[in-house]
Amino acid sequence: MFTRILTTALIAGAGAGLCAAILQLFFLQPVLLHAELYESGTLVHFGGPAADASPPPFSLDLMRDGLSILFSMLIYSGYALILVAMMSLAEEQGALIDARRGLLWGIAGFCAVQLAPAFSLAPEVPGAASADVTARQIWWFATVIAAAFALWLIAFGRSWLLWAGAVVLLLAPHLVGAPTPDSFAGPVPTELGALFASRALGLGLVAWVLTGFFAGALWASDPEASA
Amino acid sequence: MNTQTLAVSKPASPRLAMAFAALLGLGIVVLAGHVQASAVHDAAHDTRHATGFPCH
Repeated sequence: MFTRILTTALIAGAGAGLCAAILQLFFLQPVLLHAELYESGTLVHFGGPAADASPPPFSLDLMRDGLSILFSMLIYSGYALILVAMMSLAEEQGALIDARRGLLWGIAGFCAVQLAPAFSLAPEVPGAASADVTARQIWWFATVIAAAFALWLIAFGRSWLLWAGAVVLLLAPHLVGAPTPDSFAGPVPTELGALFASRALGLGLVAWVLTGFFAGALWASDPEASA
Repeated sequence: MNTQTLAVSKPASPRLAMAFAALLGLGIVVLAGHVQASAVHDAAHDTRHATGFPCH
């Protein structure tokens, strides 16, 4: 069982992470590099002549981008291990796992891990003002765990009480509120911050849908399939 | 006798395998996405921002 989870998750996660990293280099990295010019003070958009909005020319940095690809594959492999473990638990309880349902699992993963925390803690462009990183990480983990549990209850719960519990779990972290900075000091134009956040979420959706799809397809095609 | 041998050679509980896989995955996510040690942070910097992790 463990070997089956491991191989399914590592192939699915590495494949999805690679696709995500390539998209990241083309769609997110230019925005990030542009923002870093403001973070470092090379560009300033207030107190002087209007800032030129044209992005810096596309460039690849072998070391830096190579590490991004590596870490993207690592992170999605980690997520895939958790996702496939949960898939096998669901299968044990009678759920069917295949490529098409894998898509749904991927969307659910995206909602739990990216959309739920982003609702109060938007993906940060470099240079954005933010609260203490440890406080944000604690809030992030609590929100992701609550949202994942809530989605499980929505998918597999069979009573109104469980569904109501799921709504409470989804709302609670945002009613408590994410840690916020004491003051706004970000030097990066809001236009870049907004583009970065929406592209990060779009990229996350693609990566998670691919993770779920690959995982579901591999899991269902495994000759050891016992259920 | 035969059934007893089969029962003994059965792999460990699937629940244990699931829990171990999920823990391993969590470890990878924490290491790659959350540990603040500067070497890991710098190497993973762009991907952490791209995946929406709280970063520095």
